[in-house]
Amino acid sequence: MKQAAFESLHVSEWSAFERLLENDPRAPLRGADFPRLYRRVCQHLALARDRAYGPDLVDRLNALALRGHRVLYGAEGMRRNQLAEFFLRRLPLMVREELPLVLTAALLFFGPFALVALALQRYPDFVAYLLSPHELADLQRMYDPANPHPGMRPADSNVLMFAFYIWNNVKIGFQTFAGGMLLGLGTIFYLVLNGLQIGAAAGYLTQIGYGVPFWSFVAGHSAPELTAIVLSGAAGLRLGAALIAPGRLTRRAALTAAARRAVQLVYGAAALFTIAAFVEAFWSPVGFVPAQIKYAVGASLWSALLAYLALVGGRHAR
Amino acid sequence: MVLDTAHEVPTPEGIDIELRPAGPMARASAWLVDLLLRLGILITIWITAGLLGKFGLALTLLSAFFLEWLIPAWCEVRWNGATPGKKALGLMVVHDDGTPVRWPAALTRNLLRAVDFLPLLYLFGFVAMCLGRDFKRLGDHAAGTLVVFRPALGGSHDVPPAAALAPARALSLAEQRAIVDFAERSTALTADRAAELAEIAEPLVGTARGAAATERLIGIANYLLGRQ
Repeated sequence: MKQAAFESLHVSEWSAFERLLENDPRAPLRGADFPRLYRRVCQHLALARDRAYGPDLVDRLNALALRGHRVLYGAEGMRRNQLAEFFLRRLPLMVREELPLVLTAALLFFGPFALVALALQRYPDFVAYLLSPHELADLQRMYDPANPHPGMRPADSNVLMFAFYIWNNVKIGFQTFAGGMLLGLGTIFYLVLNGLQIGAAAGYLTQIGYGVPFWSFVAGHSAPELTAIVLSGAAGLRLGAALIAPGRLTRRAALTAAARRAVQLVYGAAALFTIAAFVEAFWSPVGFVPAQIKYAVGASLWSALLAYLALVGGRHAR
Repeated sequence: MVLDTAHEVPTPEGIDIELRPAGPMARASAWLVDLLLRLGILITIWITAGLLGKFGLALTLLSAFFLEWLIPAWCEVRWNGATPGKKALGLMVVHDDGTPVRWPAALTRNLLRAVDFLPLLYLFGFVAMCLGRDFKRLGDHAAGTLVVFRPALGGSHDVPPAAALAPARALSLAEQRAIVDFAERSTALTADRAAELAEIAEPLVGTARGAAATERLIGIANYLLGRQ
């Protein structure tokens, strides 16, 4: 069959299919005729290639088939409550499935943290290797027991601090995750670095006697924030582990599969960072609440979060 | 063809759909458009919100965060796989199997930009693109995505019009494409170079030499495009 004859024979079907594709994306498959016309277009594309018709025709049919393919196989699932499903089931399950990596990340963060915080009690001068004089002066001012809003400079406002915590902390979380692509080394670097920095601040302030303002400030948001860092780290380590030990897959396939799981931990981390930013901006700096209450709130948040990660969502994974 | 970068997606219908992955140049241009747009928006917010004091600064910081990390992913999920820059350059992001990109993949590739950027100006991303067939940066490998040219609907060719000339033998699709591409480019080439190239296609141009050979190929291109 000559190309011109082929075109005039089928062009009405192609335009009908094109019109269907323009239909409202919310209509199921854009219309009842979609599957039949899509199969026709696929068949015509195969014929046009086989018969070496002109490149224009082949390109047009290829474009139509691609658009049809995207509608047919890219249709979003109809399940409702995906958000609830994610937080009440998938996220805690994922954390438990990846428990070895989560614990590794926790060790990489809390290990240096505890080590430095303790070491500074014994060797206070060591802090000079970890924090600059400028940072030390800032810390001293922020956590001075005389400061009515601990953790804030006099010029800061709550809303500004909230924005800053989102901008800065979530970025650190994302970088910790992304560092996994460097065979996990970037992730390890960020986890250890953050552990050292926070540990240095904690150890220094405790040692100079500003412990109460500091620990009561961080108690509230410590649970969501540190868990978020650990989850970002676990997600990054998952990428790195897939690259180092891909198992029976190719490295690329292992990486893609790992990323699909890891990114869910990152969703969880981002949500926790946001909660932490709220608490840190609006609750932690409140000056008139006694330290004991702040410790109690912090402890309950820790137990609630750990219980959530350990218990919610049932036992079965996928 | 070995040089061809087409990425073929086999479908359950038993056909291969062809995707055309976009190279570093097109993608860098799209990135530049996005960057300028982002900066423009951010500066506007910064200036207008600056009137609001600290609240304005908070707004600017939040905008900076969303514009850098989340809005590009949101655009790719909602706007047919394209950020404004990609749209301007005619690109789109798809899953490896050609289906529209969704949140997990879009977020993965956008967060991993942090690694592609290293050590500076997307050097890792560029090297990764040059090492593979499909111009994937590291984020694309992890997310299982491709950046492709939005498929043209065909029919927009700059082939100079000439009397259509039937080729002396049947041509494969790749050969047909090569001739149409040559005809399109012939206006940008010097006459000598065009003739030199045209003479290579000896089975088609026969004994014609020089400008006559170019003309014959352009005639054949017109025939292939159906301009009888």
